[in-house]
Amino acid sequence: MHDFQYHKPSSVADAVAALGSGEDATLVAGGMTLIPTLKQRLAAPSDLVDLSGVADLVGVRDKGDHVEIGAMTTHAAVAASPDVPGCLAELAGNIGDAQVRNRGTIGGSVANNDPTACYPSACLALNATIVTNSREIAADDYFTGMFETALEEGEIITAIRFPKPEAGKYMKFENPASRYALVGVFVAKTGGQVRVAVTGAGQDGVFRATDIESALSSNFSPDAVDSSTIDVDGLNGDIHASAEYRQHLIGVMAKRAVAACA
Amino acid sequence: MSETGIGASVKRKEDKRFLTGQGNYLHDIERPNQSYAYILRSPMAHAKINGIDTAAAAAAPGVLAVFTGADTAELGGIPCGWGVNNKDGSPMAEPKHPMLAEGKVRHVGDQVAVVIAETYEQAKDAAELIDVDYEELPAVVDMVKAISGDGPLVHDEAADNLCYDWELGDEAEVNQAFDGAAHVVSIDVTNNRLVPNAMEPRAAIGEYDKATGEYTLYTTSQNPHVIRLLMGAFVLGLPEHKLRVVAPDVGGGFGSKIYHYAEEAIVTWAAPKVGRPIKWVAERTESFMSDAHGRDHITHADLALDAEGKFLGLKVYTKANMGAYLSTFSTCVPTYLHSTLLAGVYTTPKIYSEVKAIFTNTVPVDAYRGAGRPEATYLLERLVSKAAWELGIDQVEIRRKNFIPKDAFPYQTPVALQYDSGDYDATLDKALELADYAGFPARKAEAAQRGKLRGIGFSTYVEACGIAPSAVVGSLGARAGLFESANVRVHPTGSVSIFTGSHSHGQGHETTFAQLVSETLGIPLDNIDIVHGDTNKVAFGMGTYGSRSLAVGGEAIMKALGKVTDKAKKIAAHIMEASEADIEFKDGKFTVAGTDKEMAFGEIALAAYVPHNFPHDQLEPGLEEQAFYDPMNFTYPGGCHICEVEVDPDTGVVEVVGMTAVDDVGRVINPMIVEGQIHGGLAQGIGQALLEACVYDEDGQLVTGSYMDYCMPRADDLPDFKAATTETLCAHNSLGVKGCGEVGAIGSPPSVINAVLDALRDRGVSDIAMPATPQAVWKALKAAETPMAAE
Amino acid sequence: MPSVTMTVNGKQVSGDVEGRTLLSTFIRENLDLTGTHIGCDTSQCGACVVHVDGRSIKSCTLLAVQAEGADVVTIEGLADGEELHPMQEAFRDCHGLQCGFCTPGMVMSAVDLLNVNPDPSDHEIREWLEGNICRCTGYHNIVKAVKQAAQTMRGQAAAAE
Repeated sequence: MHDFQYHKPSSVADAVAALGSGEDATLVAGGMTLIPTLKQRLAAPSDLVDLSGVADLVGVRDKGDHVEIGAMTTHAAVAASPDVPGCLAELAGNIGDAQVRNRGTIGGSVANNDPTACYPSACLALNATIVTNSREIAADDYFTGMFETALEEGEIITAIRFPKPEAGKYMKFENPASRYALVGVFVAKTGGQVRVAVTGAGQDGVFRATDIESALSSNFSPDAVDSSTIDVDGLNGDIHASAEYRQHLIGVMAKRAVAACA
Repeated sequence: MSETGIGASVKRKEDKRFLTGQGNYLHDIERPNQSYAYILRSPMAHAKINGIDTAAAAAAPGVLAVFTGADTAELGGIPCGWGVNNKDGSPMAEPKHPMLAEGKVRHVGDQVAVVIAETYEQAKDAAELIDVDYEELPAVVDMVKAISGDGPLVHDEAADNLCYDWELGDEAEVNQAFDGAAHVVSIDVTNNRLVPNAMEPRAAIGEYDKATGEYTLYTTSQNPHVIRLLMGAFVLGLPEHKLRVVAPDVGGGFGSKIYHYAEEAIVTWAAPKVGRPIKWVAERTESFMSDAHGRDHITHADLALDAEGKFLGLKVYTKANMGAYLSTFSTCVPTYLHSTLLAGVYTTPKIYSEVKAIFTNTVPVDAYRGAGRPEATYLLERLVSKAAWELGIDQVEIRRKNFIPKDAFPYQTPVALQYDSGDYDATLDKALELADYAGFPARKAEAAQRGKLRGIGFSTYVEACGIAPSAVVGSLGARAGLFESANVRVHPTGSVSIFTGSHSHGQGHETTFAQLVSETLGIPLDNIDIVHGDTNKVAFGMGTYGSRSLAVGGEAIMKALGKVTDKAKKIAAHIMEASEADIEFKDGKFTVAGTDKEMAFGEIALAAYVPHNFPHDQLEPGLEEQAFYDPMNFTYPGGCHICEVEVDPDTGVVEVVGMTAVDDVGRVINPMIVEGQIHGGLAQGIGQALLEACVYDEDGQLVTGSYMDYCMPRADDLPDFKAATTETLCAHNSLGVKGCGEVGAIGSPPSVINAVLDALRDRGVSDIAMPATPQAVWKALKAAETPMAAE
Repeated sequence: MPSVTMTVNGKQVSGDVEGRTLLSTFIRENLDLTGTHIGCDTSQCGACVVHVDGRSIKSCTLLAVQAEGADVVTIEGLADGEELHPMQEAFRDCHGLQCGFCTPGMVMSAVDLLNVNPDPSDHEIREWLEGNICRCTGYHNIVKAVKQAAQTMRGQAAAAE
């Protein structure tokens, strides 16, 4: 990788300052995506601002009707937390491999918005709020395309708030090689409202499967999924799965998620 | 049986260093004042090089030298070790494989320039400054298109991209056998291209000693002497006695580390030029685009049967991808390692095989675990299962009906080989029992209740290994002999060093070979060292591949041990004042028949080096012997693999729920190690059948260039294995051993695919290609449920 | 050039590194602890797994500067003098290694598994080892070794109580 200036601030304010100091500074959270990217020389930032020294970004806080997860909380910590809704803990416990879960963070995943990452589907399906150093962003407004988010320059995610669902389940069909989500479907019922989010499949990244949502809203059963349609346009195709196969898998995973919610 | 001798599951001597981080792999070696090389590789599959500007790179921080093909053009190309002739007797096309590209690049990853710098990162930084003026040319990846007559030419001197067009057998005679057939069953199969992926990436250090004029190459090799010969004599023109090649602990090979690679020649050649040792270590991404790939055959085959299902004749037409250049053993894989295996375990009387070897703009293809024999076994066992299904004969029955019976050995096949021993019913019987074949219908019914499609698949196979008799391979085009050497050095205190030309890179030679010595000399394992992997220590060696280490290297050790005990008996006879004929040697003790006189092995060893009263005209001091062993024949391990799968029809996911392998590998020296070798082969076989595919797009870009897209078998992809052995002894070596390194990878792939097809048959699926990925299975199911539409 | 200080195998070490120096490079080149191996460049093979502050991580995916002040254990620090760790012993007993290249990372990962789950099922072991690729063994004997080590370590823990 190319060399860079390394910074390890101990507060969000210092991190923002460090970000502004370099001509092309970038944040590193767990580094599970960024460091491999740097090793491949696919990015060459001038400065690397490491958030791991900012202590108050770590931790899970039960807030009654919702849970707030600090941006620098690792997947392993989320998976092990008794305060996190089971469906979300289970999702965290199946991200990547054990070593990725020991380092990778929820904030890093959500900021990166990798189209094959798991967390973005949880944010959308659970109607999460992305909390930054300057504002709160509804998940529906946050994910704006593949590797694209509503985050502005110098904006840092500090926490994610997840409402607690009555029922929820994430079903992932893994890419056999990379083990990222080839198709991941998160079905959640929160405050009577059903939301279904799909990751891994969309050309524009994570998206809500609104047709499945409406079918499930009137009849929350696996069979209801059959009566809904998933548009093949806009789905990814690659050597591991054509758009048609992904379309099919969305239906299968959605049904299995609903069945598991029951 | 002794606790450390033949047949004992001795724990491995090498394990402690590997388990405590003390292994000495090439990456771990630091030479004084070492510099680092980075190889700039072609990003294009096919392009003319109009110019290379290295000025900026040469001026970059830390850079010691930059070299391109212009600097190495006068040197030899990377040689091919096996010549194959065309049907008309003319030699194959053999274009030069330059160390660094000369005017043209022919595959993504082709080496274009080398930067040598103080640090690796500096060399890599500088390589970004090299400006290569490429003129992109159309690339050809598909073999059918390559030989169609209008594809781009990879080499101007190979018309229609044809390396050779070769045949074995008389096609007209085999056609006659087909004339009288009641049934003809045909099949088209692709043997998918694989990337070997030994976990240790290749690496090399080149070094030159100005004082002595000696070169040293440290390299990740399965056969350091072969590298010395190929690189010294054919590429760099270095005197063999001034070239040392060291292969230290090597992290897996599976064939990919047999061959001589350009990087080895580059660092050795450049070392005196920069006056420093030069280290090169491949990144995994480089491994994908520069290690020789495996398999990549397209085959059509026809099997003629009589009304009862007896095989009458077989015709096999194969296209074999050579990639862009001929790697060391590439040309013999589809011919002598493939076509000669087409009888399998069956009495098929007439066989014809044609092989067209084809150049494409892809990484060179060469032997990978099994090499040619997995391809033969796959097409044959797919064809036999297909015949059984088409003719309504039971899968077991059709095989038994055509087996070479156990009393027919030695058995001459119609495809050149003479099998020495085997009992195919015995391996089948044991496998059926272990796999609980009788219980399969109940398991299938139970799976159906869970919505799963369950299938069972068979493969009964034989392989030719223990490669091999020099006389035979020489007559088949090998440009080298395939013997092995061993040296047994008994030290004065009775401990023993064995110098072997075999090379261990996971196989556990340090243990298995030591067991041979312990058994023969009656001394403890701790007193035995196995030395390998250094041309300055070992007299000569052809190396480790083709399951040959024990059957050839082990036999060489036995032969040298025999010479040692003969000499020791002479010494014992002299000291104990007895006739040599009366000396017996057993359990480490020399005794004189009919007396109570005895001497321990260690006492004789000491006496050999303290020859105060030796009759020097009859008895030399010292106790050290050398042997070369060249076998009479290949060895023929074989067996039966039974795979059981469950398919999820909703997603297409195939789960291997049972994998039984019963193999006859001859006498087993260390059952624990043999079982481990079989497990590893099975994992690679299942990987080929279900997970692994090397994919190029039509422009020649490598789509599966990392573990993100190339699917390596992981722990959760595989089941527990049931592995067992039966034993018929090899008839032509003293140990009766046959070899076990490749059986798992050779036998298993067709059993997996036959199981998948068995599971899908009820849904109308009759064919599926490897790897049977979830998507492939889903598509096959979908195509079968859609009635043949207008499209 | 930044300098880093950390504890490796119980000893405090420091060194000058570039910002881009990986922890694996620091361990191998600065400390000459070459048991930590590099088998890929996409953070998947797991040959480089070490423990950082008690948890397994891939040292090729962490900068040396990120490990400032950390407690690092590598394969060289696992055995107690000449006495192998039960996981190392079990790998040897069960023939859980062949070429040995993936072994250090495999062992370090497996030790972490038993830290969080002292009695894993076969399935849990196979899932946990997803991030460690072995090309030699087919994993069968690795799974067996992890189970054996788990049993030994549970026995030791019970005896200590």
